[in-house]
Amino acid sequence: MNTGTEAAFWMDTRTRLTLGEIAESCGISESVVQELVEYGALTPSGGRPSEWVFGAECVMSVRKAARLCNDLELETSAMALVVSFLERIHELEAQVRRLRSQAGGGF
Amino acid sequence: MKYKDYYAILGVKRDASADDIRKAYRKLAQKYHPDVSKDPQGEEKFKEVAEAYQTLKDPEKRQAYDALGTAHASGEQFRPPPGWGERYGEPPNEGQFSFDDVDLSDLFESLSRGQRGQRGGARAKRAVRGEDFEVAVRLTLEQAFHGTQLDLRVALPEYDDKGALHAVEKTIKARIPKGATDGQRLRLRGQGGKGFNGGAAGDLYLDISLAPHAIFRASGHDLYLDLALAPWEAALGATVEIPTLAGAVNLKVPAGTAAGARLRLGGRGLPRPEGTPGDLYAVAQIVNPTVLTERERELYRELAQASRFEPRGHLAKGSA
Repeated sequence: MNTGTEAAFWMDTRTRLTLGEIAESCGISESVVQELVEYGALTPSGGRPSEWVFGAECVMSVRKAARLCNDLELETSAMALVVSFLERIHELEAQVRRLRSQAGGGF
Repeated sequence: MKYKDYYAILGVKRDASADDIRKAYRKLAQKYHPDVSKDPQGEEKFKEVAEAYQTLKDPEKRQAYDALGTAHASGEQFRPPPGWGERYGEPPNEGQFSFDDVDLSDLFESLSRGQRGQRGGARAKRAVRGEDFEVAVRLTLEQAFHGTQLDLRVALPEYDDKGALHAVEKTIKARIPKGATDGQRLRLRGQGGKGFNGGAAGDLYLDISLAPHAIFRASGHDLYLDLALAPWEAALGATVEIPTLAGAVNLKVPAGTAAGARLRLGGRGLPRPEGTPGDLYAVAQIVNPTVLTERERELYRELAQASRFEPRGHLAKGSA
């Protein structure tokens, strides 16, 4: 089936999401997003939840954590931990890629 | 219908407590969950384990499963005993239903639909958003540099009109804007699973990685290449031609260039979707000819005698 050409959106800090949008993108409820903010796994800009703005770079980690926690029957506090670890892994992987590129020589 | 031994799949006895079943499931789920497992068969195994758990964790479904009897071997064709359907709920697709072409998990799925129906009255026609999916996409550096249009062949699970799940192969034409780099993600709106009852379609997420390139290594939007220099080029300086993704350019190598020195070509890296492009770095490497002619050897000897350069002077100072 051919569905025509689709334009793609970058999922990084350039794409800004509201509370409702990030909940929808991650497949979780707004209250779970609020809990993740309380646990410090997500740090939106803006004061009250209605003013929160999130960078889209966290969406993939939150989605993965939500899948894992749903399938493993884990609580939201554990999900917050998984999100933090996934973000950290993503950062470290990027760092390894950077260092590898700079070192060269088959490293 | 093929019999599946849910107890054996979870590795528990038939009289295992609900707690034992939960523990066994969690252990296996952690091992095989596709988001953590490196096992290529992980996803298949996880689905099997999850299917077994979905049935055995629910006391009513477990009772119904137990009532199928214990005389079947896993994979054996079987039919539920007479009266089973009436006792535990209606089979799916009432009317032309046959047990032969149904999966065991569908049977229990229909059971829970039946339960929900009885408890909650008529099933509500609530709009449900389609599922989101993720696919890994590998780009060449050239594709990332220029932007590209890709035909993504994906097999997405979809429900047909009868509610049965199929993997549907689709080709999605995706325009990847220039400026992609390793580890970035893109979202294609509405290209995921279909929504139900008027719900919006899900999204498709692309996980971008860059294929290794024969010449360049990408670091974010910067590119690196190894620049081999002869000892005299490094010592005296030289103008050398180097490739970039936009064609060859001349690079001025300053006199006295050391191995490992980075020579920067501003703006010759990967473009950024907004703002200035990354840079290209040529990392100097000093290489020697593997075979020296007699004349070259002579010149090197002469140089060795004339030069007062002490490359290990700092080591001598350290040991004193």
